[in-house]
Amino acid sequence: MAEPLIVARQLVRQFRSGGGFLARPATMLAVRGVSLTVARGEVVGIVGESGCGKSTLARLILRLIAPTSGQVLFDGIDLGRLGKREMRQVRKRMTMVFQDPYSSLDPRYTLSDVLSEPFAVHGEAPPPGRIAALLDQVGLARDMGGSYPHQLSGGQRQRAGIARALARSPELIVLDEPTASLDVSIQAQVIDLLSSLRRDLGLTYLFISHDLGLVRYFCDRIVVMYLGAVVEVMPAAGSMPRHPYTRALIDSTFAPDPGKRRKLEALTGEIPSAFNLPPGCAFAARCPRASERCRREAPDLQSPDGHAVACFHPIEEGASA
Amino acid sequence: MLLSVEDLSVHIGVINPLSDLSFGVDRGQILGLVGESGSGKSLTAMAVMGLLPLIGGRISAGRILFDGTDLAKLPEAALRGYRGRRIALVTQNPMTALDPVVRVGRQVDVMGRMHLGLSADEARRRTIELLTRLRIPEAQAVCEAYPHQLSGGMKQRIVIAIALAGEPDLIVADEPTTALDVTVQAQIIHLLGELVRDRGLGMLLITHDMGVVAQVCDQVAVLYAGRLAESRPAEALFEHPLHPYTSALIGCIPRDGMAPGSLHGIAGAVPSVARYPAGCRFHPRCPRAGEICARQTPELTELTGAGRLACHFPLEGTHG
Repeated sequence: MAEPLIVARQLVRQFRSGGGFLARPATMLAVRGVSLTVARGEVVGIVGESGCGKSTLARLILRLIAPTSGQVLFDGIDLGRLGKREMRQVRKRMTMVFQDPYSSLDPRYTLSDVLSEPFAVHGEAPPPGRIAALLDQVGLARDMGGSYPHQLSGGQRQRAGIARALARSPELIVLDEPTASLDVSIQAQVIDLLSSLRRDLGLTYLFISHDLGLVRYFCDRIVVMYLGAVVEVMPAAGSMPRHPYTRALIDSTFAPDPGKRRKLEALTGEIPSAFNLPPGCAFAARCPRASERCRREAPDLQSPDGHAVACFHPIEEGASA
Repeated sequence: MLLSVEDLSVHIGVINPLSDLSFGVDRGQILGLVGESGSGKSLTAMAVMGLLPLIGGRISAGRILFDGTDLAKLPEAALRGYRGRRIALVTQNPMTALDPVVRVGRQVDVMGRMHLGLSADEARRRTIELLTRLRIPEAQAVCEAYPHQLSGGMKQRIVIAIALAGEPDLIVADEPTTALDVTVQAQIIHLLGELVRDRGLGMLLITHDMGVVAQVCDQVAVLYAGRLAESRPAEALFEHPLHPYTSALIGCIPRDGMAPGSLHGIAGAVPSVARYPAGCRFHPRCPRAGEICARQTPELTELTGAGRLACHFPLEGTHG
């Protein structure tokens, strides 16, 4: 197998909060020992609900923030050992598309300005024809280069965000909920565009989403996170879930088919606070399969056959849970 | 029919964002109002709640019959007897729907005191009952909490409790779960469905999510650019959508086992109010559009089975 593009080892990130007059500062572990490998050309999905640490993980991998401990190798380069200047060179090779195309574009920049910026930060000018080519690539008309964000629709803005990410011909693009603020009809257009760009340019994607249905459609491999830790890695989009949390996520996604109405015995309770994690499995309080052991002891991520799961009572293959 | 909207048109100044809208909601039923952003869903909610004057809008034609009374003709003072009391609103964002500096118990109490004339003690007793029914654990303690101390799902339950506290007949829920996580969304959607059936309420559920509609709605009305495209019983609509727009909307949702590349968006975007095209407003994006679609607005016709449809070239099925 070719050298993986990303190797993340035991990433941990702690945040401190509060600590003011009379208040004791609290610490939380946003990411608790996550290891992850992404091969070149792969689309890896990271799913989980708000607060599960998926965006923090993405920022750690891009080294937009530094890990409290752990290591990220990008194409074999340890990002933690790079100086500022070297890091800048590596940055050209990895980019990000943000969730909200309304706030991630400067309202006073025209589209051409937006697309020149990735060059300008390195003190360069875009090569002739590059901006027109980028607009073509994402399906925006060339004469839109002079438009401001407020003149664009939501879908067009997200296309502009994607064009900006493509500007320096990166190898890795982190897509952080790129369609969450778009209408479904536009979401499907954007997913289509991302698929064809990946095919044409050989890109590697890290696709972050709370929408398991979308992730199962778009990704080759799926990492499920709960409260800062990976609970399951599904080796293929169609894999049957083994972790009860993944099962619950699937059950919470409603199919557009009234014949499949679910009598939800769904999850009770809500995600515990990351500031006050229970001992044992973080999911135990909401889990229909939890036992005494789960409340005492935290299960490790184990992968006997390439399908990793962190659970003492995983769902057996073929069982209908 | 608990709520019957007939040929409703709305004007804001000279623009006409909503025209000829008709639908009905029965007791014990959920009507889903769906469409992309900009289709006029929330405007419909505001019209039903009598809140259009807040945004400088007015009902320019049609009726909103609620339990036999035409709300469109009532003056503001009379509407107050309905709003919160007989028709309640659940909004999208529980973070902004609650008052951050008032304990949540009091925010629920005030509805019972104002609308039902209860004493403080009675109102609190009912609040605790209500929160318990909404499966809020330790309701008594939660009453003493401020909104920021509660999770998103818990806050949305409080918003629902406020809506129910006036003992309304109709609930207008505008994207009630859009701001919530999926597992919490599933809980809330089921809770709403249960309430409607157990209490015989009517509900107008506004959402962009066809999955949510398929899960709980009895009837579905599909809006496009301020006009009704198709309105039919949920099962029939999902099984055999007649309007190409309905079919396209359903096709936008990824399903298990879908082959890569089989998810199709709808080309283009919803036109803005100022640029509604002539003829059928969907025709520039419609794969079935013919020459007549650009010229002539398709009339909203009653279907032989049940429901209504406005399309010159519907997909196979019963028509007319």
